[in-house]
This record gives sequence, structure tokens and C-alpha cells, in this order.
Amino acid sequence: MVVLVDKDTRVIIQGITGSQGTFHSESMLMYGTKIVAGVRAGKQGEEVNGIPVYDSVKAARDAQNANASVIFVPAPFAGDAALEAIAADLNPVVVITEHVPVFDEMRIIHAAKRKDITVIGPNTPGIITPSAKQKLGIMPGHVFSGGRVGLMSRSGTLTYEIAAGMTNAGIGISTAIGLGGDPCVGLTPIEAVDLFNKDSGTDAIVLVGEIGGDAEERAAAYIKDHVKKPAVAFIAGRTAPPGKRMGHAGAIISGSSGTAAAKIEAFTDAGVPVAEKPSDIAKLLKDVL
Amino acid sequence: MKLFEHEAKDIFRAFGMQTPPGGVAKTPEEAKKRAAEVGKPVVVKAQVLAGKRGKAGGVKFADTPEEAAKHAEEILKMKINNLPVKAVLVEEKLDIQQEIYAGITVDRNERKYVIIGSGAGGMSIEELAEESPEKIIKHHVEPDFGLQPFEAREIAIAMGFSGKNISTLAGFFLKLWEIVKAQDVELTEINPLILTADGRFLAADARLNIDDNALYKHKKLIESLKREPMEQNEREREATQEGMAYVELDGDIACICNGAGLTMATLDAVSLYGGKASTFLDLGGGSDAERVEKGIEIAMKYGKVKAILVNIMGGITRCDEVAKGIVAAKRDGDITVPLVIRMVGTNEEEGQEILRQAGIPFLKTMEEAAQRVVSLVEEGA
Repeated sequence: MVVLVDKDTRVIIQGITGSQGTFHSESMLMYGTKIVAGVRAGKQGEEVNGIPVYDSVKAARDAQNANASVIFVPAPFAGDAALEAIAADLNPVVVITEHVPVFDEMRIIHAAKRKDITVIGPNTPGIITPSAKQKLGIMPGHVFSGGRVGLMSRSGTLTYEIAAGMTNAGIGISTAIGLGGDPCVGLTPIEAVDLFNKDSGTDAIVLVGEIGGDAEERAAAYIKDHVKKPAVAFIAGRTAPPGKRMGHAGAIISGSSGTAAAKIEAFTDAGVPVAEKPSDIAKLLKDVL
Repeated sequence: MKLFEHEAKDIFRAFGMQTPPGGVAKTPEEAKKRAAEVGKPVVVKAQVLAGKRGKAGGVKFADTPEEAAKHAEEILKMKINNLPVKAVLVEEKLDIQQEIYAGITVDRNERKYVIIGSGAGGMSIEELAEESPEKIIKHHVEPDFGLQPFEAREIAIAMGFSGKNISTLAGFFLKLWEIVKAQDVELTEINPLILTADGRFLAADARLNIDDNALYKHKKLIESLKREPMEQNEREREATQEGMAYVELDGDIACICNGAGLTMATLDAVSLYGGKASTFLDLGGGSDAERVEKGIEIAMKYGKVKAILVNIMGGITRCDEVAKGIVAAKRDGDITVPLVIRMVGTNEEEGQEILRQAGIPFLKTMEEAAQRVVSLVEEGA
């Protein structure tokens, strides 16, 4: 078992004719992802990397029996693209696009909630299940090896850094999920913890968080009360100054809230060891596995 | 994008909200004129994008236009939170019956806008949350339906209002919600909203931040403000134009990386080994050689930088492009301080070969690199 994405996931790419969509659909195909269609209004009948393009999500879904979507549409139109995927009952909907307006994010997230659809992102590297050779996203597939540890993160390259460290240490991953670097994202840390907790193919959980908000604190409290599987964590931004956005829209300490110290304390209190540096994650995992 | 109080109030009035009579002044003479126009005792307020300006002495009362001019002169010389005060707002001093807190912001956990109100305004919401959390009323807005009139009335009632004040305050919240929707507001705060002795609600202060990701929809508004959306120094502006995330800090080591999380983790690693970062520079994804060189160039312009740490985890960013950018920066003489490179991931071998041929050393792990750059700075000191 794996989480959200498995060998039967049939993927469409929204925005496949753009440079990002074209580049990453090729890289996903090479990894093994079952991409069955692309969407771009007005380009039906064309092909990108051998993938047939359709005018609408519904047309693509019906023609190719698709059940998930990855969105590369530019930010001003990403909200509409996600709503189209949700209307067509695709699940999960992975929104790679960065800089989506926050009001659009709220609309997408609640539209999906009503239909019990999982939105991953926006502003995410995506989701990858190495054992099924399925990646719905932009991560370099080779740093992720198959195994039994669930990985979730609010960042991109830091996730690759930690995944590469795990791979080098011989620790494989069941599924890795980029939750997204924005203040409002679909799948939350608590929900991701819950998915991994229920997954029979996952033995331990890695949480990679960063400054801003209190989603990590909430996840820590959830773990304390509900999760028996071992978990370890890393928090980026211990030295970040308050009031400055550190690259991600969501990575900001406001007043006294959203500090790394508060998150580390919450994890420690929940019995979740927190790594001092990314390479310590693999060591901590060896201790708990 | 943060708006100044007077800019926010222009928007408030355009949506039919009441603010105290008055106007902006950039000189003491103008302040005198504005006060004379008001014709009553006034308050002179520093226009600066920083909180706690009252505590910093940036808000003063004046009974006469002459006094207003004197206060304006002092305030216009001030720096609040390191930001120079370039203008003051001169407004009528209100006959206050009650100070109220009103705000709308994004609740990251609920993923909804939340309306926050309290009948006990004046102090900061943080202080209020400490002192009397029971007096803070919160209401989440359904993104699809928006704030309904009955909900706005319920908020007013929960805040302790009665009689005709219920509808008047509800009307204020509905207007504030209209503004949030129309202007893609990320955070707005009116503290205090004043209930006057004659039963009017006036926004005495105004904080309004527009979602940076929605600024493309508000070009007209930005044009009308006749200023840059952000107060940035030259380096920050250049980085923003290049689409890089750039933050200046107090230390002396510039960290140039790809990805926000990795850049933060690199800053932390530098600190773990006893160093201090001067620069957070996230190149973003998929940088080519030119962009890498540009990043180094921007980082070098900050006077505090004594060493550079380049930490790249190649995903969509290719190490050969990064290496070419570094070699170009070296060749062009951009780099005048010690340089430490750690570079792994996509096309790692090609990149390392390029560096090797140029005689530039590199390391394999970010821990080694962080340690190395810290020791280089220590040796240089």
C-alpha cells in the first residue's frame, strides 16, 4: 500500500503545451508516470511528447479514463484550472504553480473538500511513490528510492536533500508529499500524518517543516494523541528573523508566532525527535526503525 | 504590498466607509494648512509601514494649526523601526465614545478569511488576546458565499452592541469584506474603529496589505499610488526583478542556494557551526549560468559579505549550468571574497568537471560546506 498515488493512477497534465508542462511531462514519462492526456483549450488533436492533448479536462478524462491531474497553468489561471479538475472528479489534484492568489487557493481547497478530493499544493514539488514509479510533480526521481518511510515537507529542494540522505543511508520511501510553501495549502500536515499512519506500507514518518503558521504544532499534537508509528522531524528557519518572508509566501514569523523554536518544542513534547541538520534525519530514522 | 494609512483610507472612502476629516502633509506648512482646514483639534500621525508608531512617538495631538506644524516638523525627522517618516496624516481628533478593534485576515489552518472584532479596541490584538481573549469575536467567511448581512449583525451583537449600532457596525463589516474581495486584501486592521458620541463609526486607523500574488489585478491602483509597491534597497529591487528571493541579515556569510527551504536550512547550518549569515538568496528553480552569475553579483554588492556559500541541490536546476555561472563570475572578477561551493544532483559530474578545469574546489555535503565557510571567515578575521 502507498498513499494517494499508486500504480493505477492515470494522470492528465493541465497546461501541457507550456514550457514547464512540456519539460516536466517528459521527465515524468521517463520516470514511469502514467500520463494519459494533456489539456489546453484550443489545442485538441495535438500531441506533446506523444501525449494526446484535449480541449477540456472532462474530454481528457472521458477519452483516457484519467483519475488525477497535475497543474502547470500560470498563476492567474491556476485557480480556474484546479476547479476544472475538481469538477471532473479527478483526485488528487496537484497544483505545482507558485504565486497563486490566496483567495483562489481558498476557493479551490473548499471546493475540493466538499467532494472529498485531495488538493496537493499550490506551490508544491508534487507527490512521488517510488515503488509504483509514479511521480506527479517536478522532483528529481532518482533521489527517491522505494521503501517504507513516509516523507512530507513544505519545501522542494530541502525535500530532495533529505530524500537523497535517506537513499544514501539505505532507507527507502513509501510516498513523499510536498505539501506546498504557501500559507494556504490543500493537504495539511495533520491530514498527511493521518494518511501515513493508516498506510500499511509505511512504518515511520518524516515531517519537514519550516517557520510560519502553526501547522507543525498541530501535527505534533495530533501525533501525540493518535500516532504510534515512529516519527522524526526537521524544521528550517531556526535563524530566520521575524517579519521577513523567507522565500516561501508562508515562511514568515509574525510577531511571536510561527517560530522554529515553538515547532521544535511541540515535536519534542510529542516525542518526535527533531534533527539539527538535514543529514541527521537518516540517523534519527535508524534509531527509531 | 503594504499600504500607508492614508492610502488605505482613500480606498475605504471609495467604498463608502467613513474616516475622520483631514489630509496628508509632507511638510510642516502643509500640516498647518490641513489642520486649519479641519478647524478643530487634530491628531498628527506618522505615515510609516511599521507597527507601534504611537509608542515610538509618531502620533501627537495638537489644538492649533501652529502646534500641528510643530509636531509635524518633529515627526517628519523621525525614523520608526528604521524607516524614515516621509509624510504625516493630519486628522480631526474625534469625540470618542468607544474604541473598537476590527480586522480581516487569512486563517492558514481553516484556509478561510476570518473576521476579528472586539468592543475593546485601542491596544494591539496580541495584547488583547493576552488580557481578555473572551472579548475577541472571530467569524470565518465561507469563500464561496462571502460575508452575509445576518452574519455581520451576529458579529456586532457578539461584540456587545445593541440598538441601531448593530446595523451600523454590520454595515461597516460588510463594506470591509467588499474591500477585501475587490482588492485581494491579505490583511486589514482598523484599530481603533471609533464609535463617536453622535453614533457614527469612523476608521481612525487603517492597515491594509494586498496579496502580492494578486497585484497583477491591481495595476491601476498601484499606478495611482505613484510609488514602488515595496520599499526596497537597490539590491532587493534587483533580486525581485530577477525573480529571486533575497533577504539581508546581520552576519557576514552570503548563502546562495536553490529553493527556500534549502536556503533557510543552509543559514541554520552556518549558524550551527558558529557563523552568521548576511544573505538569504534563493535563486529559484531551473537557474541557468547567467542567473547564477547574476545572483553572485547581487550578493557581492552587500557590504557586509565576507564569504559566499553556494549550496545547490540540483533538481530542475542543473549543476553544469551552476558551475558555468560560478566560473563566469570568477572570470569577470565579481567574487572578491572566499567562495565555498557545494553542488550535487542533476548533472553533478559535468558540473564538477567544469569547476575542476577552472581550478575551483567544491564539497559534497552541506555540513562540510557550512563548516568550511565559517572557518574561512574566522581565518580572515
